[in-house]
Amino acid sequence: MSGRTLTRMDLSEAVFREVGLSRNESATLVETVLQHMSDALVEGETVKISSFGTFSVRDKAARVGRNPKTGEEVPISPRRVLTFRPSHLMKDRVAAGNKKA
Amino acid sequence: MIRSELIQKIADDNPHLYQRDVERIVNTIFEEIIGAMADGDRVELRGFGAFSVKKRDARTGRNPRTGDAVEVEEKHVPFFKTGKLLRDRLNGIEPE
Repeated sequence: MSGRTLTRMDLSEAVFREVGLSRNESATLVETVLQHMSDALVEGETVKISSFGTFSVRDKAARVGRNPKTGEEVPISPRRVLTFRPSHLMKDRVAAGNKKA
Repeated sequence: MIRSELIQKIADDNPHLYQRDVERIVNTIFEEIIGAMADGDRVELRGFGAFSVKKRDARTGRNPRTGDAVEVEEKHVPFFKTGKLLRDRLNGIEPE
């Protein structure tokens, strides 16, 4: 495991290499993809990318939480959370790639 | 929204690009993320979220039908954590 962190820059570099658009336009396209996915999720839509995974929005009910330090009760308001379910392909490749030799 | 609809939206935004190039662009992005995680790397997309790999330790599991003990090997699984900006937007908090 090399433990690097990739960013938008690495994704746009990959697009640049693959498609041969300018670096600038590649970066804009990466941003556009993330923007469209985010917008759909904010609208409450599920985003299902075959062989990658599924992002879905779930409603969480209000509950009483506790400050772990003080033990004090704090109300947690209802909220929407995003969950990601990886595809089988992603799970298999991540498991295989990180397996100890 | 599914992959083909995402591709269509990007194509609509970029009428100067060929449809097949838009497909390659979108596929490259997702492929790059999976490839990074397969190498044990993390992919951090500020505002959207971060993809990382979590290690699950080896454990003794049980066959739920027979109750037999089975050794489950250590394995690595993909994990996604939502970014702050997107989490806020999901809850109606728009950026300033």
